[in-house]
Amino acid sequence: MSDTSLRAWLLADAPASRAQARAAAWYAGWLKLRGNTLAMAGLVVLVLLILAALLAPLLATQDPFVQDLGARLKPPGWEGHIFGTDSLGRDIWSRIVYGARISLYIVALVALVAPLLGLIIGTVAGYMGGIIDVALMRFTDIFLAFPRLILALAFVAALGAGIENAVLAISLTAWPPYARIARAETLTIRNSDFIHAIKLQGAGPLRIITRHVWPLCISSLVIRVTLDMAGIILTAAGLGFLGLGAQPPSPEWGAMVSEGRKYILDYWWVATIPGLAIFTISLAFNLLGDGLRDVLDPKEAGQ
Amino acid sequence: MADLSQTPGGQRRLPVPRWLKKTAGTVLTVAVTLLGLLFVTFMIGRVMPIDPVLAVIGERATQAQYNEVFRELGLDKPLIAQFAIYVNDVLHGDFGTSIRTGQQVSEDIARVFPATLELATLGTLIGVFIGVPLGVLAAVFRGRWIDQLARLVGLVGYSMPIFWLGLVGLLIFYGILGWVAGPGRLGVFYQGLVPTRTGLLLVDSLIAGDWTVFKDAFSHIILPASLLGYFSLAYISRMTRSFMLEQLNSEYITTARVKGLSEWTVIWRHAFRNIRIQLITVIALAYANLLEGSVLTEIIFAWPGIGQYITTSLLANDMNSVLGGTVVIGTIFVALNIFSDLLYRFFDPRAK
Amino acid sequence: MKQSRSLRAAALVAALMGSAALPAMAETPPNMLVIANRIDDIKTFDPAESFEFAGADVSRNVYEKLVNFDPLDLDAGFGPELAESWEISEDGTEITFTMAEGHVFASGNPVTAKDAEFSLRRAVILNKTPSFILTQFGFTPENVEETIVATDDSTLVIKLDQKYAVSFVLNCLTATIGGIVDMETAMANEVDGDMGAEWLRTNTAGSGPYKVVDWKPNESVLMDLNPNYGGEKPAMERVIVQHIQESATQRLQLERGDIDIARNLSPEDIASVKETDGLKVVDELKGRLMYFSANQKNEMLSDPKVLEALKWATDYEGMAGSFLNGQYTVHQAFLPLTFLGALQDKPYSFDLDKAKAALAESGFPDCGPIEISVREAQERIDIAQSLQNTWGQLGCEAELIVGTGAQTLDRYRAREHDIYLGAWGPDYPDPNTNAGTFAYNPDNSDEAGATGLLAWRNAWGIPEMSEETLAAVTENDTDTRREMYLAIQKEHQQISPFGIMFQQIEQHAMQENVQDFISGGATTAASYWVVTK
Repeated sequence: MSDTSLRAWLLADAPASRAQARAAAWYAGWLKLRGNTLAMAGLVVLVLLILAALLAPLLATQDPFVQDLGARLKPPGWEGHIFGTDSLGRDIWSRIVYGARISLYIVALVALVAPLLGLIIGTVAGYMGGIIDVALMRFTDIFLAFPRLILALAFVAALGAGIENAVLAISLTAWPPYARIARAETLTIRNSDFIHAIKLQGAGPLRIITRHVWPLCISSLVIRVTLDMAGIILTAAGLGFLGLGAQPPSPEWGAMVSEGRKYILDYWWVATIPGLAIFTISLAFNLLGDGLRDVLDPKEAGQ
Repeated sequence: MADLSQTPGGQRRLPVPRWLKKTAGTVLTVAVTLLGLLFVTFMIGRVMPIDPVLAVIGERATQAQYNEVFRELGLDKPLIAQFAIYVNDVLHGDFGTSIRTGQQVSEDIARVFPATLELATLGTLIGVFIGVPLGVLAAVFRGRWIDQLARLVGLVGYSMPIFWLGLVGLLIFYGILGWVAGPGRLGVFYQGLVPTRTGLLLVDSLIAGDWTVFKDAFSHIILPASLLGYFSLAYISRMTRSFMLEQLNSEYITTARVKGLSEWTVIWRHAFRNIRIQLITVIALAYANLLEGSVLTEIIFAWPGIGQYITTSLLANDMNSVLGGTVVIGTIFVALNIFSDLLYRFFDPRAK
Repeated sequence: MKQSRSLRAAALVAALMGSAALPAMAETPPNMLVIANRIDDIKTFDPAESFEFAGADVSRNVYEKLVNFDPLDLDAGFGPELAESWEISEDGTEITFTMAEGHVFASGNPVTAKDAEFSLRRAVILNKTPSFILTQFGFTPENVEETIVATDDSTLVIKLDQKYAVSFVLNCLTATIGGIVDMETAMANEVDGDMGAEWLRTNTAGSGPYKVVDWKPNESVLMDLNPNYGGEKPAMERVIVQHIQESATQRLQLERGDIDIARNLSPEDIASVKETDGLKVVDELKGRLMYFSANQKNEMLSDPKVLEALKWATDYEGMAGSFLNGQYTVHQAFLPLTFLGALQDKPYSFDLDKAKAALAESGFPDCGPIEISVREAQERIDIAQSLQNTWGQLGCEAELIVGTGAQTLDRYRAREHDIYLGAWGPDYPDPNTNAGTFAYNPDNSDEAGATGLLAWRNAWGIPEMSEETLAAVTENDTDTRREMYLAIQKEHQQISPFGIMFQQIEQHAMQENVQDFISGGATTAASYWVVTK
């Protein structure tokens, strides 16, 4: 299929199949997104970031862990250290590049775990109804009432510091909104004709929820997760800053800011550069998310 | 804020039995939520792989001293019994003694909470006074430069690691320029100069009529409050914009415009009037977020508030303080949510 | 604007304090000392319970002791304070103190032997963490009525369970727990038979130069003159210690003249202060040691050759010359310098060849994974990362287990660590304070539960060395006693699972005009009453 015919197929006024209709909708969304300069800028930054993370060993000019106590706190540009060196003489640029892996790893894991938790609780509550619904939603409310960062802190303190535990803690605080979305979706799906039909065929609740309700909830969850990515990055960095995220010597950006703040008066780059890295990646996620919101929710659109 | 149950209008709209039923339901919901909050925190505290006894007695204690404190803390009782005792104490206003400060947790909270309240209140005020007009303008001049500016300001706000911005802000405005005072709430010379009435230094110094203290307190609070204000501004302006857009697109506005009313009147007298209630719920939510979300800001600015209190207590495994602090914050959060919910129900024509 | 604000403030304070003199350029008022320090460890001011660094600083300025150190001549050792003289019985088990005249509590009550009797008995009966400093002489809550007795208002007799070196006993009485409390005031505030413990947590009742006026936990301690203080009136009428966590903040406050003294500056900030006009830095050697220790329950780490290899593969000078610059000096024996019998030998240096050779001779030539337990504090994490780096070059892959203070300590006391990276500060200014924990562990069984002993925590059973340590506390001849400690340390350096690395130097940054600020060296705490400016 040539380019033009693919385009024509995607833009067809009367799609011939369900797949074509869906693909056409995605394509129309993409065209709209492409028109949004800021969103595209965000996307480009993210793509670069993912590339940087993948190619970290090639991009890094030094081993991010090797110390050189004789060359500590050197300014950016000093003898090939693009961003200078930190308090143990490690190359900041190389650490930033490797740190991108950690940030992406955390975001990816949270983006998998939190919606999954929410999905399970929300769909079960919505589908089963009655006392189970009340109990699960009350449970959700309790978690919503918690100060989030403090809850995450408490979890990490209980589980022990580390990336995986930080991911778990963030997920445990992030799932309630997803549960609410999933429940709302389930309530509308539950009474639809096709679910009744499946029930008549003798399918049990487990099968219905996992095979028929879940697939329909996923798209709204995916959108919400994309919008939450920046928040996840910031929470993870906050935990790192408090010393409860990734453990030394791993080059997690929040922890790097924390290490560098001692030196901020004389050696500004040690804390500033990782801070800018966090800002850049979360801004990129926000720009992209904002663009996506425009595409998906025209009511709030800017243009 | 007006007490809603006392408004005659409110009572007329809701007949007593339904009102009673609703209140009872709300109270029950809140009670269950708070109990759950307490339970979760309590359990986290107990499953922590840290020994609460050690936090009390420190490194040098002997085994006998250890055993004594173990019993004193009631740790020899079953978990459920410990929880029941704790809930009972809390209901009597007793949050126990803080391991870290050696004082009653309730006293500690009474001391640190006003600091957070003051910071969050000023932060929210800044957010409202800049965020609301910005949001309205962005909606009116949709797609124009001011809209783009509002959007950018908001996005940057959402993307900024606050602990880093605080650090850089401190470096620039205190360290280099010297425009504001440093960390803490008050310079050392000024401590203890005005009597504590409300615990809010700005208010206390005004009551005492002491301008030097007021100025110093203001000089300390303005930077952290502006930072927090920026974050709530990002949220408030975005929501204001979207509420206004909804109004401006509606038919009655078109009608009003057709009638030849001035644009100013259309925007402020009609559209804005209609979003007031929605806006208050948003502001209440932003306020709640600042109250609970100022942890990192408080740490950077050595602000002796409840967020810092809970965090340092947590790291010192001082569970009574963590529990007490979390319950207070959680309660306020729930209360603000219910408040905005009720407000919405009472005043929003569509919700009826 | 800044200037006029400070001046107004200074004028205000001066007016409040009834002083009219006001030098034109002074930033802090001349009769007020403002210190930035980390004081979040203060839990109580009660001498019977207080056991933290910042608490000891307050206590030393509030409570007097029977015998004490002169801040301007710390090397002289203890001398008379509340007791003007003392006598030892022939068998060496009884000490009779004669009380000095003219010491008065802040309440106006004169200090008598009854107060001393009350305070020491109280510390034993309350049995809080630091009580071992007294109970090691055989005092128990049951026998204090016979062993600590004021025979009249000016005579106090204490009876020990055996003969000890007199200097050992008196050194212990200079510790915070030896602070003499105003009996009348304490008992007037007694609740449920607590001997005033609840009240004394937050209030003070001493005869020292200052009294605590206000304490906000984690924020500040405010001390004013004790109007009834018997000694010479101190120049500083008010002392404020403010809790400031960050080094950078402390430095900014110092540069702006908001404070007189900053006590927790990083090496980088110290370097900058040294270059700043009007500021100076004063170094003081402290008693705190930084060490790593290996759990002897771990088979590999109990191999003496592996231990030797790790000690050779530690970059002592590299660390002391970079991120610890000026704040720690390399020291490799368990008695800190300035203590009686401190060993100055430094047998180990960073030498990978020797380390590799030692490892090759051990039963574990390939080494193996090692976990380093370290608490969440930047300085220690930096040291741990350096160990991880240099041990890695040896082929020993180290993983850092970072936790809060309580978490790390918990593992350590349960003997669950591989390597523990920690700090140890003396509890009282006598060599036994460290010898009794680094080199004393008569019963290494789990059941012994001697969690207070560092040797036990590392499962290092040393029946013979324990005997030597015990013998040293009863030796009354100072020179012999010194030799005994030197011998123990020499052996300890070679065979112990402790890799002692550094001794702390506190670098105080202050305004040029501040004189005689002494934080107490390795032996005691800060003394504000001698400060002038």
